[in-house]
Amino acid sequence: MNIYHAIFRSSLGKKFIMGLSGLALVGFVVGHMVGNLQIFLGQEKINAYGAFLKSMPKLLWAARIGLLACVGLHIWSAIALVRENRRARPVAYQVTRSTASFASRTMIWSGLIVLSFIVYHLFDFTITPEFKGVDESGRHDIYKMVILSFSHPLSAGFYILANTLLAIHLSHGFQSLFQSLGLSTGRFRHWFQSLALVLGWLIFVGNVSIPTAVLLGFGKEVL
Amino acid sequence: MNLTLKVWRQKNADEPGQFVSYQAKGISQDMSFLEMLDVVNESLMTEGQEPIAFDSDCREGICGTCSVVINGAPHGEQKATTACQLHMRHFNDGETITIEPWRAKPFPVIRDLRVDRSAFDRIIQSGGFISASTGGAPDANAIPIPKPDADTAMDAAQCIGCGACVAACKNASAMLFVSAKVSHLGVLPQGKVEKDRRVLAMVNQMDKEGFGNCTVTGSCEAACPKEISLDFISRMNRDYAAAVVKSAWNQS
Repeated sequence: MNIYHAIFRSSLGKKFIMGLSGLALVGFVVGHMVGNLQIFLGQEKINAYGAFLKSMPKLLWAARIGLLACVGLHIWSAIALVRENRRARPVAYQVTRSTASFASRTMIWSGLIVLSFIVYHLFDFTITPEFKGVDESGRHDIYKMVILSFSHPLSAGFYILANTLLAIHLSHGFQSLFQSLGLSTGRFRHWFQSLALVLGWLIFVGNVSIPTAVLLGFGKEVL
Repeated sequence: MNLTLKVWRQKNADEPGQFVSYQAKGISQDMSFLEMLDVVNESLMTEGQEPIAFDSDCREGICGTCSVVINGAPHGEQKATTACQLHMRHFNDGETITIEPWRAKPFPVIRDLRVDRSAFDRIIQSGGFISASTGGAPDANAIPIPKPDADTAMDAAQCIGCGACVAACKNASAMLFVSAKVSHLGVLPQGKVEKDRRVLAMVNQMDKEGFGNCTVTGSCEAACPKEISLDFISRMNRDYAAAVVKSAWNQS
């Protein structure tokens, strides 16, 4: 057995990579959401949280590089698998009667749109933020930056759209990954299915609550 | 009952095919789907036309030879039923039925509704042998097997290798078939000896044949006339991962 082939070339190996990288990314998404929700605790809390993250650059960069690697592996395996899938059915059916869920049939599209959002989101808030203001303690004023950004309906709208697609993506992906990792047998399958649905929409509610609150007037005092 | 059939006609793998409409007249509700096709073929032959080629053998739902997609569903919409056991009472008088072959690159059309499924045979062959003693038949229950293991093995061994899972999957993946074959030997003491080698070889052959990958949509399980569970795919993924790790460990 060739180990490189078994992991990076075989169908099951690629699904394994997709599942593991997906699991790591879900972990990040949950942490990111919990961190962001601190905005509701006020300007002081969220800015202190930002400063806290920036205070350990080594750990921050290790996390960033790790995430980037996971994103890379996730996308690479997705494209490789989809290409093989398309090749496997060169002649389409005249009548299609799919029992597959909408989420499972559109993983590549929900994934690609979420990816385009992540690129936009990184440039908007991290790489080239328009707003570079500081608060009274001289820390980057994340509170004001977020509220400024989400006051634009277009920016808030894209955020909400991307999170809707992410919820749909996770409602299938988070159960599917346990199947790929070989853990989804018997009653566990139903647990993972419910868990994926709950987790996907919980992340949606958590994340979307921020732009929704801003659009409804939360944090108006800093504008 | 009278029906309109839209049937895929294709001379061989190299020539393009197309749908041709036929009238099926005077069909009894008690006929099976394949008997209905027999009636249509008889009238085609009396008219001097080529009959519709389709596969069938036992006609009692156990051989896995029949293989037609009926209105977009492999073996028709009836749950846990092969096309030969599907009866015309499930259709309405005057209905138009679209009949297509299994669609997958590793299953080239031989003619009309018949496809070449020897890719499945090659996957089975790649699995190899089990280390059973030769000689006289062993005593029954000489090797104790826990009841749950025997049940799991029997559930997997229900697979008749018809290929409906491939036909139903949006990716034309053969994972349900391969996982059933890997599991029904892998869970038994007689088949455990070659468990790792078997799963590595069968997955490798499955990939070589050009089947797609599993997206966990569950379409295969829904279409399977023997109701093979998606659990077997999960079990195969686990067995494969364990086999890769063990074999890497042994190599180093």
